[in-house]
Amino acid sequence: MAKNDLKLLGGWFSPFALRVQIALNLKGVEYEVIEETLNPKSDLLLKSNPVHKKIPVLLHADKAICESAIIVEYIDEVWSNAPSILPQNAYDRANARFWVAYTDEKWFTSLKSVLVADDDEAKKPHYEQAEEVLERLEEVLSKGSEGKAFFGGDRIGFIDIGFGSFLSWMRVIEEMNGRKLLDETKHPSLVKWAETFAADPAVNGLLPETDKLIEFAKVLKLKLAAK
Amino acid sequence: MGSEDVKVVSFWVSPFGKRVEWALKLKGIEYEYIEEDIFNKSNLLLRLNPVHKKVPVLVHHHKPIVESFIILEYIDETWKQYPLLPHHPHQRALARFWATSVEQKLGKAGWVAMATSGDEQERAVKEATEIMEKIEDEIKGKEFFGGKNVGYLDIALGWIAHLIPVWEEVGSIQILDPSKFPAITSWMTNFLSHPVIQDTLPPRDKMLVYYHNRKNNWPSAFRNSVKD
Repeated sequence: MAKNDLKLLGGWFSPFALRVQIALNLKGVEYEVIEETLNPKSDLLLKSNPVHKKIPVLLHADKAICESAIIVEYIDEVWSNAPSILPQNAYDRANARFWVAYTDEKWFTSLKSVLVADDDEAKKPHYEQAEEVLERLEEVLSKGSEGKAFFGGDRIGFIDIGFGSFLSWMRVIEEMNGRKLLDETKHPSLVKWAETFAADPAVNGLLPETDKLIEFAKVLKLKLAAK
Repeated sequence: MGSEDVKVVSFWVSPFGKRVEWALKLKGIEYEYIEEDIFNKSNLLLRLNPVHKKVPVLVHHHKPIVESFIILEYIDETWKQYPLLPHHPHQRALARFWATSVEQKLGKAGWVAMATSGDEQERAVKEATEIMEKIEDEIKGKEFFGGKNVGYLDIALGWIAHLIPVWEEVGSIQILDPSKFPAITSWMTNFLSHPVIQDTLPPRDKMLVYYHNRKNNWPSAFRNSVKD
């Protein structure tokens, strides 16, 4: 029987599924993880997310909630007595949502595009975009958090989850290309933050191992190239 | 009640900007509207939205909020009268899901269907129609997506009611067949006849001219392969 009647349709490789796990862990809520291989996609997944057929899906009793950022907001609203994931005031909430949407639009696409690109010429614009993302987030963290450990302040918040969930994939791209993205001189706050984030009890042990993820990435690259 | 120092920076035909105006009007919030020429961006816009350089921008107490869905949430959290989002977390999640999913899928398909021709257009029309089928299921038996009143999802999807018909005419296509989508068609009538919505729609004839121009200037594989 599912704990709290909560099931996460996820995948160890998915940064989006990771967001949901971190959020649930922050709330101290018990849940069951159903590993999806996506090859093929399970009947449960297709039934729970007929529109996109993607993970993660959070199944809470008879309800299915889809789209990682939406799921995290749902979790924050349902378990409202536990520490908040989103900030309290409306402007800060808008800001947090902005940077998570930005991460999805620019960071995720940069990493994916570098993975798929064949040569340095093709990778160049995506590296440029990735560098811009890191510059902006370095500024948000160093200026916005008033010297605190996380984007969210003393505790992991929405932006931390949104951006931090991609750390392993960032390491994969760094190693596969022999080129650093996160740099101590250019992004000192982010470098420190990455360590603190990974070590946090809500995250610890959940970030996929880089070697395992590299193998996965190589297969994914071939699949995407074949399309 | 005095002005709360609320400004909306937008472009007259932008469906994203309309969402913001509808939300403020439904809540009875007065605002100053600032027209932005998106083809000749002002320093004001670049200062207010340095990351994306896009409209709409809501400026409240001199602070900018951008991205229309994010602005809607801000508006709903700041002014409690006439709640836009449903009360229950699951209903809220569903409303957010449909807003972003339809935006993602129909926004692109609809534009391509309007702006292209041949196979590319045909594929886009098919894609758009498929999404409409899902929307039809969602609105069946309801006056508005929000129930008895215009709510967040009506505002988020409202562009379907006033923009898709224009795109259909510009592209010489049909996506919204009333016999296939009776519930959506009925919702469109309800939505467009709501006094707040009615008063803020951009003029249809101007919209037709605008989108005809956009279509004529739209690059496509087909167009680029045809040499004069």
